[in-house]
Amino acid sequence: MNNQKLYALTALFDTPDQIMKAADRVSGEYTNYDVNTPYPVHGMDDVMKLTPSKIGYFTISVGLTCMSLMLYFIYWTNNVDYPQIIGGKPFFAFPTYVPIMFEITILTGAVLSVLMMISILFKFPNNAHPLHDSGYMKNVASDKYGIYVEAKDKNFEYAKVEALFKELGATSISPVYYDEEETDWKPQTWEPKFVIGTIGIAVFTSFSVYMHMNKVLFLPPFNWMMEQPRADYGEVSNFFDDGYSMRVAPAGTIARGYIPYLFESPDSAAKYMSNPTLATKENLELGQKKFLTYCSPCHGNLGEGASRLKGQMPPGPDLRSEMYQDFEDGRFYHTITKGKGIMSGYESQITREERWAIINYIRVLQKAYGVPSTNKEMAENVENNQEASE
Amino acid sequence: MGASITVEYVKKALPSGLAKWSAIGVIVGLVLAVLALSMDMQRAAFASLLGYMFVMSIAMGSLFFIALDHITGAVWSTPFRRIAEILSNAIWVAPFLAAPILYNIFLELGGHGLYDMYHWTHDEVVANDPFLSQKAPYLNESSFLFRTFLIWGLMIVFKFILVGNSYKQDKTYNHKTNKVNAVFSALFMIVFAVSISLTAIDFMMSLEPHWFSTIFGLYYFAGTFATIIAMIAILAVNFNERGLLIEGINKDHYYSLGGWMFAFTTFWMYMAFSQFMLIWYANIPEETFWFMPRMSGYWAILSVALIFIKFIIPFSLSIQRPSKSNPKRLKFLAVWIMAAHIYDLWWITYPTYSKVKLGHEEYQDGFNYIPYFGWQEIGFLLFAVSAVLLVFTVFAKNRNLVPIGDAKMERGLNFHL
Repeated sequence: MNNQKLYALTALFDTPDQIMKAADRVSGEYTNYDVNTPYPVHGMDDVMKLTPSKIGYFTISVGLTCMSLMLYFIYWTNNVDYPQIIGGKPFFAFPTYVPIMFEITILTGAVLSVLMMISILFKFPNNAHPLHDSGYMKNVASDKYGIYVEAKDKNFEYAKVEALFKELGATSISPVYYDEEETDWKPQTWEPKFVIGTIGIAVFTSFSVYMHMNKVLFLPPFNWMMEQPRADYGEVSNFFDDGYSMRVAPAGTIARGYIPYLFESPDSAAKYMSNPTLATKENLELGQKKFLTYCSPCHGNLGEGASRLKGQMPPGPDLRSEMYQDFEDGRFYHTITKGKGIMSGYESQITREERWAIINYIRVLQKAYGVPSTNKEMAENVENNQEASE
Repeated sequence: MGASITVEYVKKALPSGLAKWSAIGVIVGLVLAVLALSMDMQRAAFASLLGYMFVMSIAMGSLFFIALDHITGAVWSTPFRRIAEILSNAIWVAPFLAAPILYNIFLELGGHGLYDMYHWTHDEVVANDPFLSQKAPYLNESSFLFRTFLIWGLMIVFKFILVGNSYKQDKTYNHKTNKVNAVFSALFMIVFAVSISLTAIDFMMSLEPHWFSTIFGLYYFAGTFATIIAMIAILAVNFNERGLLIEGINKDHYYSLGGWMFAFTTFWMYMAFSQFMLIWYANIPEETFWFMPRMSGYWAILSVALIFIKFIIPFSLSIQRPSKSNPKRLKFLAVWIMAAHIYDLWWITYPTYSKVKLGHEEYQDGFNYIPYFGWQEIGFLLFAVSAVLLVFTVFAKNRNLVPIGDAKMERGLNFHL
């Protein structure tokens, strides 16, 4: 015991009245002391001359901070990231936010106050205190009322404190010693044992929660969507009269994002449709690209009708001819969509926008026809192509 | 048996100022009220409704406080219970304030009343309105009068039982009285729950007979309980400062009173918000129309003010410790909460007055609904508040101000937080 230092002198009392009196006397002379009782004794705050706790300020500031963050989060999800109208309410539907903000305030205020108590006041993960495992603690935890004065108090004198306790009628007075390193606290947060232990707890908790949610607690009606009964196509259905599990969509159903093409004849298409796109540079480039991909094999690179197919198929007509110059945009559109003669429809290969872009490009080809080129090489190319087609 | 408290209680006379000023208040209030009645019956009826609901808050709330003390065996409230017991005599004031309303309803039983207040009292309106004719079995003049008198009767009966037993206990020191009172208190709780809901529904909710809110009774109760605690706090702190109460009442008792005010300020907001949010969210026309005029025009400003007056300000005051244990700040808080309750009652009833004043014209962006508050309202409210105090001084004359015979009194005085 020679390497141990005196921590405090403790005294035990039998009744709450005695401890009240003792606390009253001790609080007048010493500052580093504390009272331990098996249950909260009413009026103890007063005789110990304790000032109101400051914890409330921490709780309210944490609560209000988290409340503001929550408000911002709800605002961001409902107004910025994915605005959607719910129940005909405005995007910023404040009254519906209030219960959530209220609950977040309470939850974070309470939880963070406790966490702060554990981390700052209890100096977690340090868990040593000189009074732990002392006879004094055992007694005050069952049926005795204890008070102790710490040796570090500036007025502390062993004999004087002992005399005071005796005078107050203490049933037992005992000193408590401690190892210096026991309370010489330094942060142990990064100690390997603690870190590994924390990670171990996290892994175990996650694993056991996963197992519980997916294996143990799999009880109807709380089944997961993945596991719920369902009908696969091709299965015989006992539910439907016709015995098919696969259902046919009701007549007139239109898939999301799909716009049906309703014109039956090129005449009506020509009459009712006009080109919704502008012949901008990007649009013409798109049209050129698609024309060269889909149209040029039969109609030629310049729409001159010189087929690269070399007789495997009859060459396409010259798109620059007068007949085609008089074609309405809608008629072109209908032809590309539905086909004409031996030309097949390109509805599934070429999108709506691309069709209009191709039409714009054809118009450019028509306008450029017969205009002498300043580029010699290109002019020759054109002539060669024309010869070949003839 | 035998004396139950060690501290000696000496009966002292109430401060003469209380009786004098409350008598003056009653006379001034009465003059203004009579003047208002002679000038504009309709407006006077609305003003007297304000006073009536306030007096019922005191009369029913004080009985609730007494019953709560008996039924829970609470000791901190026992030294204040006699103040509540004497305050329960406020029920004698209620008929005076209800008279302008009930007289009109009585006239309307046989034809037409003097003025237009409760829309459901007009036969031709009810006949042409499917909602009102469905509600007619409950909402008609004779059952309205019956319920009102029944509630007064029940309150008076329970007042005589609970308060009478307590008075007797002062002399007998019989501890069994506490048990008897606890049984009657349990019975009273059921009666109270129904009575306060029906009072709120009959007198205030039926001003807009199409409207319904199932939480409305609780809404009125939340304000009621905060008000009765505030009233007790004002009287108790003032009496205790003058040494009229017993020795041993300390700041922990004050703190508990303040705690109730804090709790019921929050509870009121909880009720008010629940009522508002559900109606706002469901967006059903027969519910939202009650809030529409209150959310536009002048009334929108007053509705925002209500949140501040009735919740934010008293909440931030009463959440602080000194506001509950410091007598000066506690008195201020109590007066504030009582005034806020009256403001709340005005906010509930007066948009309907704005409406009937315009001959049931629909609101147009709210600015045609003018909020009325003038000497008529002040007169009736002055009469209500000072009559409650005057009745208190009259009935306190020959009574002890603490229930000295109560079994819980000793522990009540030793109460520490």
